[in-house]
Amino acid sequence: MDSELTRMTAAGIAALVAAGEVSAVEVAAAHLDRIEAVDERVHAFLHVAADSALRAARAIDDRRAAGQPLGPLAGVPLALKDVFTTTDMPTTCGSRILEGWRPPYDATVTGRLRRAGIVILGKANMDEFAMGSSTENSAFGPSRNPWDLSRVPGGSSGGSSAAVAAFEAPLAIGTDTGGSIRQPGAVTGIVGVKPTYGGSSRYGVVAFASSLDTPGPLARTVLDAALLHEAMSGHDPCDSTSVDAPVPPVVAAARQADVSGLRIGVVTELNGEGYQPGVITRFTEAVELLESMGAKVTEVSCPHFGYALPAYYLIAPSECSSNLARFDAMRYGLRVGDDGTRSAEEVMSLTRAAGFGAEVKRRIILGTYALSSGYYDAYYGKAQQVRTLITRDFEKAFEQVDVLVSPATPTTAFPIGERADDPMAMYLADLCTIPSNLAGNAAISVPCGLAPEDGLPVGLQVMAPVLADDRMYRVAAAVEAALGQRRGHPLLDEANGLGEARPGQEGRR
Amino acid sequence: MSITREEVAHLARLSRLALSADELDRFAGQLDVIIAAVARVQEVAADGIPPTTHAVPVTNVFREDIIVPPLGAGVVLDQAPAAEQGRFRVPRILAED
Amino acid sequence: MTETITAVPYDEAIARYEPLIGLETHVELGTITKMFCGCPAAFGAEPNAAVCPVCLGLPGSLPVTNRSAIEYTIRIGLALNCSIASWCRFARKNYFYPDMPKDYQISQYDEPLCTDGWLDIVVDGIDFRVGIERVHMEEDTGKSLHVGGATGRIHGADYSLVDYNRSGIPLVEVVTKPVPGTGTLAPVVARAYVTELREVLRALGVSDVRMEEGSLRCDVNTSLAPRGASQWGTRTETKNVNSLRSVERAVRSEIERQAAVLDAGGRVIQETRHFHEESGLTTSGRSKEEAQDYRYFPEPDLVPVAPAAEWVEQLRATLPELPSARRARLQAEWGLSDLDMTALGNAGALDLVADTVTAGATPADARKWWLGELSRHANESGTELAALAVTPAQVARIAAIVASGALNDTLARQVLEGVLAGQGSPDEIVAARGLAVVSDDATLLAAIDAAIAAHQDVAAKIRNGKAAAAGALVGAVMKATRGQADAARVRELILERLGQAYPLRDP
Ligand SMILES: [Zn+2]
Repeated sequence: MDSELTRMTAAGIAALVAAGEVSAVEVAAAHLDRIEAVDERVHAFLHVAADSALRAARAIDDRRAAGQPLGPLAGVPLALKDVFTTTDMPTTCGSRILEGWRPPYDATVTGRLRRAGIVILGKANMDEFAMGSSTENSAFGPSRNPWDLSRVPGGSSGGSSAAVAAFEAPLAIGTDTGGSIRQPGAVTGIVGVKPTYGGSSRYGVVAFASSLDTPGPLARTVLDAALLHEAMSGHDPCDSTSVDAPVPPVVAAARQADVSGLRIGVVTELNGEGYQPGVITRFTEAVELLESMGAKVTEVSCPHFGYALPAYYLIAPSECSSNLARFDAMRYGLRVGDDGTRSAEEVMSLTRAAGFGAEVKRRIILGTYALSSGYYDAYYGKAQQVRTLITRDFEKAFEQVDVLVSPATPTTAFPIGERADDPMAMYLADLCTIPSNLAGNAAISVPCGLAPEDGLPVGLQVMAPVLADDRMYRVAAAVEAALGQRRGHPLLDEANGLGEARPGQEGRR
Repeated sequence: MSITREEVAHLARLSRLALSADELDRFAGQLDVIIAAVARVQEVAADGIPPTTHAVPVTNVFREDIIVPPLGAGVVLDQAPAAEQGRFRVPRILAED
Repeated sequence: MTETITAVPYDEAIARYEPLIGLETHVELGTITKMFCGCPAAFGAEPNAAVCPVCLGLPGSLPVTNRSAIEYTIRIGLALNCSIASWCRFARKNYFYPDMPKDYQISQYDEPLCTDGWLDIVVDGIDFRVGIERVHMEEDTGKSLHVGGATGRIHGADYSLVDYNRSGIPLVEVVTKPVPGTGTLAPVVARAYVTELREVLRALGVSDVRMEEGSLRCDVNTSLAPRGASQWGTRTETKNVNSLRSVERAVRSEIERQAAVLDAGGRVIQETRHFHEESGLTTSGRSKEEAQDYRYFPEPDLVPVAPAAEWVEQLRATLPELPSARRARLQAEWGLSDLDMTALGNAGALDLVADTVTAGATPADARKWWLGELSRHANESGTELAALAVTPAQVARIAAIVASGALNDTLARQVLEGVLAGQGSPDEIVAARGLAVVSDDATLLAAIDAAIAAHQDVAAKIRNGKAAAAGALVGAVMKATRGQADAARVRELILERLGQAYPLRDP
């Protein structure tokens, strides 16, 4: 029963809990056992909160016993990226500088999860302060891809993707600043969603790049992602950039799973050179599949998307150089070198040098450079103008089509260590995902098969206009259903990093 | 060379990072490559294109002038590296200006 | 830092150089909560008791702008004749400092909320229009306590203790344009400007404008150019100017110092200087090996402020009568000369007199009490008039009792003493002490006869026509009646009694 519980969807678990066929405590215990069994190898979690998870689960069981109504995800376990503040667990952002920090407040998303009766199992690993595409930048060691433990699970929300793909949790939450949910989702064969910017609250999300950071769900199915999307989203008066509008009907869209008559645009610029052949193969198949299901597919050019990556690597570091200034050893976190003789300035500099990893330091310096007087106009200013051009590309495209599609990543999961010393190569992992961060629109990555050459998952990215998140769920759910039918079992049954592949077996859904 | 080791050292001081000589060498080389790459934004960002600072345009978001109970000194000092007399103890501050 | 230059006497400095001044005034707004969070903005809490994730800059926290702070700022802008921006943003000013929790300050940079206004002042009968460059918003920092070394000084301290209660309190910065043509009046103009600005802010009710408590702080910019020169000189910015008197002294001291530098063929360095209350001198701030680079950029955590015209007009409608208009109106209503008005203003008595008049006193009575007896009291006790333990209504009541003839001035002063001593209201004190003018002639004549009998020599002089000697007898009678007699009537009766009964009073 236990291993079956961990293989279930969130919707399935919630239904069993609601019906009283299984208790939330049993569900939580099964997942904690699973973590115990595999996380030494996967390293998805930085902190496992067994006691508080079981306590939260018991509260759900009590509520059910008392006849109180339960939310649609009550009793479902979840891995929370360690960038969200939690009062009952440490929040480190994968950094030494915050090691052991106990926030005195819950992030808005954390609070919403708790109120929805979702059971937080612990804090998921991540690239330090969400800067990276592999979790190799975590100060506490990388997470590993359940498809191949020698490969990265993507990043920065790689602990979240690994946890879900390794059946340690049916749901996870990540943050997406340049692709940090969609890219890890794609390379681990699960669903990853970046909602419209402002659709999910940033309050209590330790900021990397404020104008880009977007919390979102990761799950093994599109419907599960939609259920979590609804549970975590909505206007938050504590976040000035939060959108004061109803959450788009994403759950209904995921159930609809129908693309007939939908106009789908294939982005010319997110294809071709630099893309792994197997990624293109699976992407092209997925597009053909959509066409066969009644979608009208056309090619759409977004001429400025080629400038998204450079603009992003100016805007994100600039904002991060300011956002991370507060880690100065004065009020919380690490303090190094305070021997009574050194000045505050010296202690700040020593602490930050010791507490931040190389990628964080590189980006702080890059951002400081881009904002410096004399360089601002040439770099930060220009990048903001490119942002306008990319937004206009999207606007023009969405006049012609309802959604845009592309591969979610140029390649499948790369080996741990391969790009660690080559920042530019690492940055390319977010090539396809960055435009939607710059424009703020919604985008999803949904598995579309395995690349023939390496047998690793490929993600299809579907991009929708601002606040039309539901549209991309329709497309993703349709692709998921059609491919699932063709395959006859869940894609993740083929993952063999932990030696547990179930080839040929009828998948449980 | 778009950025020198000396410039990196200056930026590191400005951002309070006590970098080692080795780090300075490495970062100078890497940042040089990165800056050359990101400078491509200058190719298309012609004059007259307005900058975008907020992805989703919203204005006038305010909160009413109503007290929300604060955390309390005990809670916030609990996480301080050093505290004394109900205050955060910090190393000596040199006058800033 | 030792500076060997000997200052040039002020008059000599002004004879050779033309000063240019400018002022940046920081005003703490009197909102209930802080600028970007719901923590109480009031003073007096235990250290670090009024802080939350936002004003402590905890990771993950986000600011949300206080609507009242925006409204206060717009009202200040309107009162200073500024244009209100139809769209503006906050910016981050990046620099590291232990009392600044985020290591950046949310401020406004190139898009202030209010721009291009003015404030009129009068100094020595000369009108000056001080141009207002901008009025913008920012947040305050925490407060450091320096431990070790010289008491309380940052230099030489072993370590510091930081209280973040003040962090995030809304500040408005009012920046003037350079004020030319002040000549020898430069220090006084600077003071008059800050005084008037303070009056405006007080009238608006947007701040308690107490310089001692730091709710109003000034930076003073000063530069000198040789008379007749076509270019302005290099300016210095003097910080730490925390009283009206200091504003004047700081400008004066900078003029004297800069004149000496220029006289010696030197160059004034553009720098920040600190004003020292004790010496009245300024000293150079630490010269940084690197110029500050604040790396301003638009605050991504906040959305733009775009006040609609209707909102601005609604706020304009809430503006009270501004001090200059009010002064002109009161001067006309009370029929005072410019000099009288200035005296009232200098004594800090304008509001008190106005309130006393509102409570029913005549303007003349109100002025007489506040500028006379009460000013003397304030001087003696070293407090401000407004801080005396008497209300304008009580003063009006005392004046009314005198006007009714029930008390004379001597008795009224006793009543006032009682009020100031906290013994009750004027009527309670009159009743408790049994104070009343003795107007019964029979009682008075008995006292007068006794006084004449006791002072035969004086009586003789009066009989001989020396009416001026009557004062001694009046004093004796007043003493005998414990001051409750009408002195004029006593004098009249004495003269009558001693055969000098010609009309001494106006009919
Ligand atoms: Zn606060």
